[in-house]
Amino acid sequence: MSDETNDRQAAQSYELKVGFAEMMKGGVIMDVTTPEQAKIAEESGAAAVMALERVPADIRRDGGVARMCSIQIIEGIQKCVSIPVMAKVRIGHFSEAQVLDALGVDFIDESEVLTPADDAHHIDKHPFRSPFVCGARNLGEALRRIGEGAAMIRTKGEAGSGNIVEAVRHLRQVNGDIRAIGALRPEELPARAKELGAPVDLVRYVYEHGKLPVPNFAAGGIATPADAALCMSLGAEAVFVGSGIFKSEDPESRAKAVVHATTHWQEPAEVLNASRGLGQAMEGIEMETLDESERLANRGW
Amino acid sequence: MERRVGILAIQGDVAAHGRSVESAGARAVPVLREKDLDGLAALILPGGESTTISKGMDRLGLWEPVREFAASGRPLLGTCAGAILLSRASENHPVPTLGLLDAVARRNAYGTQVDSFAASVDAGGPAALAGLRCVFIRAPRLEHLGDRVEVLARVDAAPVLVRQANVWAATFHPELTPDPRVHQLFLSPQEPNQSS
Repeated sequence: MSDETNDRQAAQSYELKVGFAEMMKGGVIMDVTTPEQAKIAEESGAAAVMALERVPADIRRDGGVARMCSIQIIEGIQKCVSIPVMAKVRIGHFSEAQVLDALGVDFIDESEVLTPADDAHHIDKHPFRSPFVCGARNLGEALRRIGEGAAMIRTKGEAGSGNIVEAVRHLRQVNGDIRAIGALRPEELPARAKELGAPVDLVRYVYEHGKLPVPNFAAGGIATPADAALCMSLGAEAVFVGSGIFKSEDPESRAKAVVHATTHWQEPAEVLNASRGLGQAMEGIEMETLDESERLANRGW
Repeated sequence: MERRVGILAIQGDVAAHGRSVESAGARAVPVLREKDLDGLAALILPGGESTTISKGMDRLGLWEPVREFAASGRPLLGTCAGAILLSRASENHPVPTLGLLDAVARRNAYGTQVDSFAASVDAGGPAALAGLRCVFIRAPRLEHLGDRVEVLARVDAAPVLVRQANVWAATFHPELTPDPRVHQLFLSPQEPNQSS
């Protein structure tokens, strides 16, 4: 390819990564484990799919070490859909990430749903061509991940629980932390950055813009159309649905319904329409019954 | 009176287009229903997932109302996914399209996200767009252009900004860069003299 233009930038450019994350706003990203499920997700209007071997509810049930998805599954899914395909790597496992980058997945989720590979360090995400999404429970965690190169933040919630309470907690926490920064004086930002354990330039960005420098999505425990609408109302810009679709009684209807409610979250009558005739939602887990060691959100720092 | 510019708000980078519209001095209005098209000076079909947006068009019954909007002569701009929706047909996992632009859109023509890139427009285009930096994200290509389609900008000789009467299509994302020229041209009451 001729290159007379001297400002050409490739996919490593952070601007292109965040720009791609922008394209998913208002959408639903669905966990899928087979090409058939991926097709159902695409047909229902999903904005992307997340390729996995097991959905979080099954990972939780089965125990053991959860690793990056097998390559055949990801390739099978890439072949059968035209929407973006994401896949997860273990926290800190940059070799898994290099494999997915070489495979050309559209987005890499450095995810607490898989068993962490490094209990002290996350991946340095800047050198990769694929953009990264990471989970966060609060603003400090979100800004640490962005500092490492994440182009999209999602709440951790509590994956595979079918319980929205943790995603709500994390959304309120991140957005509350953002609002609190807006009330500071400029000279107070470095001390706040120190408390948050976050890079001061990113804290300053939040102060100046009143938002994260990357899209802020919800994940972890979304099981119904009303759950999706709740997250959007609390400031999420799109939603991930993990176990909520394919662990429910009628995945096809539920997938469409969650997409509809995410588009029309401001219209209760439409969320009502989306909520009709869906069959059983996935089974949920009460948080109090989960031991601290069973909580996936506690993975990472 | 303030000009209201609609942005189809089913899914995608609606907010980014909103910022571009406002910086061009107009008011951005989200569009989800036929009635939202009333009184709009122009309509934008944003970037996003063309499959997702086309499913939403089905659900909301918006295909005919958008075609009627185009027939009224008011300007439409589609970027990336929006350009696919405006085209006569799409290839590579086809989606339904509006058929308002006489071109075939090849979806994801450059590859997946790891093949996304930014580049400046080729020299020799209209002076008004000289040096324009274009961001391509899982971008389509426009092929088999009809005679009525004017090419306003190219990158590596491929058409990236085209126009057929009141219908404009960009395979890149002018809404993601601070350069306001594409939105300004699109929204200017004076038609640009594109062959200068």
